[in-house]
Amino acid sequence: MSSTPAAPARTPLRDMLEGMPPLATLGPVIALTIACAFFASQSDRFLTGQNFSLILQQVMVVGVLAIGQTLVILTAGIDLSCGMVMALGTIVMTKFTVDYGINAYLAIFCGLAVCAAFGFLNGALVTYVKLPPFIVTLGTLNIAFAITQIYSGSQTISGLPAALEFFGSTFKLGQTAVSYGTVLMLAMFLVTWYVLRETAPGRHVYALGNNPEATRLMGIKTNRQLIAIYTLAGFIYGIAGLLLVARTGVGDPNAGQTDNLDSITAVVLGGISLFGGRGIILGALIGAVIVGVFRNGLTLMGVASVYQILITGILVIVAVATDQLSRRKG
Amino acid sequence: MSTPTPVLQARGLVKRYGQVTALDGADFDLLPGEILAVIGDNGAGKSTLIKALSGALIPDEGEIKLDGKPVKFDGPSDARRQGIETVYQDLAVAPAMSIAENLFLGREIRKPGVLGSLFRLLDKKKMMAEAVAHMQDLKIGIRSMKQAVETLSGGQRQGVAVARSAAFARHVVILDEPTAALGVKEGNMVLDLIRRVRDKGLPVILISHNMPHVFEIADRIHIARLGKRAVVVNPKKISMSDTVAVMTGAKRPDELPAEALA
Repeated sequence: MSSTPAAPARTPLRDMLEGMPPLATLGPVIALTIACAFFASQSDRFLTGQNFSLILQQVMVVGVLAIGQTLVILTAGIDLSCGMVMALGTIVMTKFTVDYGINAYLAIFCGLAVCAAFGFLNGALVTYVKLPPFIVTLGTLNIAFAITQIYSGSQTISGLPAALEFFGSTFKLGQTAVSYGTVLMLAMFLVTWYVLRETAPGRHVYALGNNPEATRLMGIKTNRQLIAIYTLAGFIYGIAGLLLVARTGVGDPNAGQTDNLDSITAVVLGGISLFGGRGIILGALIGAVIVGVFRNGLTLMGVASVYQILITGILVIVAVATDQLSRRKG
Repeated sequence: MSTPTPVLQARGLVKRYGQVTALDGADFDLLPGEILAVIGDNGAGKSTLIKALSGALIPDEGEIKLDGKPVKFDGPSDARRQGIETVYQDLAVAPAMSIAENLFLGREIRKPGVLGSLFRLLDKKKMMAEAVAHMQDLKIGIRSMKQAVETLSGGQRQGVAVARSAAFARHVVILDEPTAALGVKEGNMVLDLIRRVRDKGLPVILISHNMPHVFEIADRIHIARLGKRAVVVNPKKISMSDTVAVMTGAKRPDELPAEALA
């Protein structure tokens, strides 16, 4: 303001520093670059198009889950149920086609609808019953898991029609075989990123995570908004389920159990704050790829998989610590 | 001299919470182009009165008039639509978002045509330009509208919140304790800003516990007591200690000299 002692003098260095994205944004990119450089020096098979295409195929399910997870986390919530909701979706899609002979597209639609309904349930409980998202989704995690087991009789469903496996199939990009599922994941990330950045409803997601009371007082219907976000997240888990079915070729009632927490890992590694309202969704893509790169690279080096889990755990703590420390400074 | 029509007026407002009567027939008058301070001890009904005027609660009885016409507010957004902007203490801004985004939160400028109406794409350039123009108008010297609000000082943050309300208010700006958490220098900065808002022609209701600030800036002081309006005084004709005495009940309003009343 005019009567303040002038803000610190404007220098080129200061301008440059202020223009730079915060550490939480750059961190994941730096971590990914260092990891890639390291694994490239350890194995000449690492830095090939085919290998990267493989990594992306391995992370596409967790990546899509992480899109829904990011939306929920941006509102200062968390969704522990995502993997189980996805598993229920896959069972609906596969059982409807294989056991009931329903048209595959209709079955996919039903699977997506069931997932969206679970998202709606999460959102309604968080918004209207005002329960903490952690507890609500812990409950729906178990409910979705149990329904999946009961409905499928704990049986894996196989013999799927081609339509359900489309996203697992590949096309040639030069020498590299790329799966359609990978393309769908990347497209979903780009669209969500653009919407969050450039549209009014997108910015309101950040506002809600930043200061729900101020957002409400500015005339935004925050209850409706929160339920819509959870419902959309559920729908997105359904799409992740479609990719999972396509990738594995079966409906597996025991799927999704590790993907649940892996999606949160991806979001956190991507520099998105668990306190809500901060972070760029493309970070979650990078976070998912970081996990994929470590698993792939360590496998190529012949390191046992338990060490991969160990390293993922360490990475998560480093990522959250960075977020916390950068917030404390501010 | 004829009295001008009050911009915002209330008569006989009553609000009960169970056994407790927070407002017990309170009156209120805000005149054009003035800064009206509202003061009162805890429990005097001051914040309930402000909530009723800003649409945050609906009074059980009584009448509110805006520009002489009776109005009813369904909620804060309704009051806002009718031209009354309120800056709530500590509730005003989204810290990680930019100044421009905070100024336009909930009222974003969208791109023309189908891009804006259907896809809700923001016109960031226009929002940025208008934010700059508006902040210059109020002489708030912030370098970049792209800065996150959390990088600003407390006074500057309050400045953003006040500027937002001044930008959109058509009738009244209500400020709840705008200088409460600020140091001396920053507090004065905000007071200057409030004067500029008034000088632009917008009447301001200022709720404050800070007597020196109230006496420095207010044109009239509304003293709330026991759910009613005790009296309205002229800060130029009354001492601070007499004002506090009326506020706490140590002195009755009719003990004040006639020229102290406003």
